[in-house]
Amino acid sequence: MLIESGSVGAHAKIGITLTINGERREIEVAPWTTLLDLLRERLDLTGTKKGCDHGQCGACTVLVDGTRINSCLALAVMKDGAEITTVEGLAGLAQKHGTNTLHPLQEAFIEHDAFQCGYCTPGQLCSSVGLLNEGHARSREEIREAMSGNLCRCGAYTNIVDAIEEVMHQGAAR
Amino acid sequence: MNRFDYVRADTVADAIKALGGDPNARFIAGGTNLVDLMKYNVEKPGRLVDITRLPLKSIEEHAGGLRIGALVSNADLAYDERIQARYPLLASAILAGASAQLRNAASTGGNLNQRTRCYYFYDEGTPCNKREPGSGCPAIGGVNRIHAILGASESCIATNPSDMCVALAALEATVQVSGPEGDRAIAFADYHRLPGDDPSKDNTIKPGEIVVSVDLPPTDYGQHHTYLKLRDRLSYAFALVSVAAALELDGQTVKTARLALGGVAHKPWRNLEAEALLQGKSATRESFKAAADLVLREAKPQSENGFKIELARRAIVRGLEQAAAGTPQSQSDKRIQ
Repeated sequence: MLIESGSVGAHAKIGITLTINGERREIEVAPWTTLLDLLRERLDLTGTKKGCDHGQCGACTVLVDGTRINSCLALAVMKDGAEITTVEGLAGLAQKHGTNTLHPLQEAFIEHDAFQCGYCTPGQLCSSVGLLNEGHARSREEIREAMSGNLCRCGAYTNIVDAIEEVMHQGAAR
Repeated sequence: MNRFDYVRADTVADAIKALGGDPNARFIAGGTNLVDLMKYNVEKPGRLVDITRLPLKSIEEHAGGLRIGALVSNADLAYDERIQARYPLLASAILAGASAQLRNAASTGGNLNQRTRCYYFYDEGTPCNKREPGSGCPAIGGVNRIHAILGASESCIATNPSDMCVALAALEATVQVSGPEGDRAIAFADYHRLPGDDPSKDNTIKPGEIVVSVDLPPTDYGQHHTYLKLRDRLSYAFALVSVAAALELDGQTVKTARLALGGVAHKPWRNLEAEALLQGKSATRESFKAAADLVLREAKPQSENGFKIELARRAIVRGLEQAAAGTPQSQSDKRIQ
């Protein structure tokens, strides 16, 4: 067995290591803490938003080892050893590639007016970066389908697709 | 969410041992369904056994087909080149389901074992025979637009929510499981069960057993297939009715037909009689209508879902037409041809 949280009933906290936005963190977590709650409540990374808390809205989307997931449905303890990127780390990702201070997708979202209230935007951005990393979407229809896990109640969908399409055609930046 | 103990296993044997026959312990992989159910207090495990480190993440050649490790994510499975080339029906069905984020996290074994999305099952404030055996079924006579029209019972009218499993049923996959008493193979048709008088059991896996792989047989229906999913919105919604259709044709004559329905029953629904009826017939709308009628002969509507019977009839005919024409339903361009 790799890890055991102690005897039944003890519910001990477990030490895990996460690299969050490039910074290595050693953290003790209770097994029932979701990755979303860990980021927001313990690490003050409140850019990642809690919308439905049930994997239906996509506001909590983050990148785990470059792959987009709903952080509300992930137990932090299970991500031990992973590299996490939240919206706060997207600019850093871009800088690694020697581009502007914002990630190209962040620039494109501003350029295309791809949000109104902004609540879904961190999830939309992380999801878009994940989409480009995956490399499966090529057409507008495919972008729309691949972004269907991110709801926007302001209805900025058309502009979000415009923003992603533009960056996709420029060549994906991780 | 309730408090629980956490164990991380690194081998299948360790995982089975860690579960230890405890009825209150659960395996967890993607967590996309289990964590959600825990937040609703539908699942209250005393111990979670994390199986994400088990060596079950590869897709391998096996007996002329492919062996899919239980921890292969839904996304990795759908985009695998061999799956796309040889089992496009499976790839299409997976991409018709959930969202990209969920498919990235959800595992093959977890998809098989996901629970129904019946509103009453999810709401601990209402009775439910599946959640609390013997408490009753308020879906019968209640809000049941999404519920079963085939194979339901007086104790449960819930449906299986999976898209992937509808394709696996049509492809006649085999589920390999491992448990305290050893390994065994379960034909896909026998993996999920009808509710009968014990709807608490969704499938035939025994307590303590773990899914280790899903095996695809050599026959792949690479040419004539479709996964047609009808739902309340075009993306990111569970099926009201879905159809996995696969044909082997000799000219315009049907040599073999496979037909499985989603969203209509407690398990992916197949009717072998209807598939046999198509054999040797010409691939025409008339033949497909006759098969659809046979599939739906025993259909029984609930108070709010009578429309599903006609919807299923038309979806079967259209699905078989798409398969015969070799023009599978696109999962991004939503127009139905």
